[in-house]
Amino acid sequence: MTDNRKIDPETGTETTGHSWDGIEELNTPLPRWWLWTFYATVIWGVIYTILYPAWPMVSGATTGLLGYSTRAEVADEIERVDLSNADLTESLVRVDLGVLEENEKLHRFAVQAGRSVFAANCSQCHGAGAGGVVASGYPNLLDDDWLWGGTMEEIAYTVRHGIRNEEDPDARFSEMPPFDWMEEAELDAVAHFVRSLSKLKHDESAAIEGASLYADNCSACHDENGLGDRELGAPNLADAIWLRGSSHDAIMRQLNAPRMGVMPPWQARLGEAEVRAVTAYVHGLGGGEADVGKSEVEPTQ
Amino acid sequence: MAKNPQSPNYDPADDPKVVTASEGVKRGKIPNELPPETEAITFHQRFERNATLLLIASLGVVSIGGIIEIAPLFWLENTIEEVEGMRPYSPLELAGREIYVREGCYVCHSQMIRPMRDETERYGHYSLAAESMYDHPFQWGSKRTGPDLARVGGRYSDEWHVDHLMDPQSVVPESVMPKYAFLMDAPLEADNVTDLVETHRMVGVPYSDEMIASASGDFRVQVDPFGDYDGLLERYPGAQVRSFDGQPGVSEMDALIAYLQMLGTLVDFSTFVPDVSR
Repeated sequence: MTDNRKIDPETGTETTGHSWDGIEELNTPLPRWWLWTFYATVIWGVIYTILYPAWPMVSGATTGLLGYSTRAEVADEIERVDLSNADLTESLVRVDLGVLEENEKLHRFAVQAGRSVFAANCSQCHGAGAGGVVASGYPNLLDDDWLWGGTMEEIAYTVRHGIRNEEDPDARFSEMPPFDWMEEAELDAVAHFVRSLSKLKHDESAAIEGASLYADNCSACHDENGLGDRELGAPNLADAIWLRGSSHDAIMRQLNAPRMGVMPPWQARLGEAEVRAVTAYVHGLGGGEADVGKSEVEPTQ
Repeated sequence: MAKNPQSPNYDPADDPKVVTASEGVKRGKIPNELPPETEAITFHQRFERNATLLLIASLGVVSIGGIIEIAPLFWLENTIEEVEGMRPYSPLELAGREIYVREGCYVCHSQMIRPMRDETERYGHYSLAAESMYDHPFQWGSKRTGPDLARVGGRYSDEWHVDHLMDPQSVVPESVMPKYAFLMDAPLEADNVTDLVETHRMVGVPYSDEMIASASGDFRVQVDPFGDYDGLLERYPGAQVRSFDGQPGVSEMDALIAYLQMLGTLVDFSTFVPDVSR
């Protein structure tokens, strides 16, 4: 075969020696840059498998000379970041939440950290801007209407243990029973009275009839004047903020088959520092209440 | 040139480099009398001109690749750490997982938290091999249009999942997820669940005979908080029992939410010590 090899006069390149009915094939060599790059990658591949974990063996893979491990790397990185904030984090875990705002630097740290925690964990229900999805019953955290209390400690407790969940025995818990055993007309009267509490349009005579039913059945939790009870998470019915709608129909629905919000516990998932951080963030959104005078509730809006 | 095979005077018998079959036996060489222009038998030409040899050699080459790719799978167990808490899926969770696969959730949602700080900060502890050891097929996914779901269990309330699956934009306005409201209207019967569990046992999930015998009962009782679910909890520790969609009966919504609420909650990380060499 080599006998038939010759230099092609047109290109100066050797032929392969193959001939098909006189048609010959040029044996153009690979570009040198390509060939050397190829050799270099082969060498790199061999070196890499020696330095880094690579070859699967019977009981685990080779570990490599550098002793690299993804898990060790991520653990190191987490530790490095934790250490860089260690002082602040530690102070945050120790500080009395009631006076956190007085420590300006720590408070700023907590609010910034809390913003990230909120975006990753809370925004799905409470909205990216913490405005909630009021029609579906996810509370707005921007206003000053709180179901379970709006001081730092109260918010922190709610974040730690959640509301009406099964995982945490210390979760805030209360249950509104369904009032579907009442007559339709009675429920209608109660709904009119409830609407009268917040000066919404209602039927006067029905409201008067509903007042006594309300006093007998509802006032134990929602207060005689409809101001609610934060110990029980019973909403204030006398203000303009309605978690599940203020229409007559919405109130009737809630009386017949109450919907109650559920919030998961976050203590195990977030840890104390992040719980406190997100508490500071939520508290600072506008509705946060000071520790003193927490029983002050505006009687009317 | 008598050596040029194209020459009319060429005689292969005179060409010292041509070996005929009869000569080959004497000289211990492989015959090369065809085609006559062959000058020498190169190493590779032996394979090209001997089908049996080519077949055997091809088999050898493919086997090398095969051994490297396949052999480690026989020691796959080595790559799975022993962790506390992993158990096969309960029948309802398994049915929910089937819906997850059917609806192609894996196309937009991964179930694989990589060992990187930003991921562990957002989603929780990085995923372990053991956490997908009962997955056939695994749901690691390769793309995150939506967030990772490896640890979504317990993160949101059932009500949120219902609202979100019915109309994702009602709770997350910027979401591009399609609506899955029809899951609520699709009742799920226990008819096929025993077969489903058996199929998973066939591919290696350690379902016991007892688990298979009680599969359809376990399937129904997991949505009934007033039912007798002690057996279910014994067979599937940590299973969550409640009406997931808030409606009577078992719907596809129940099954899917039961599956989602279980995701990532099984491993007890308080007893987990990472093996750094992995």
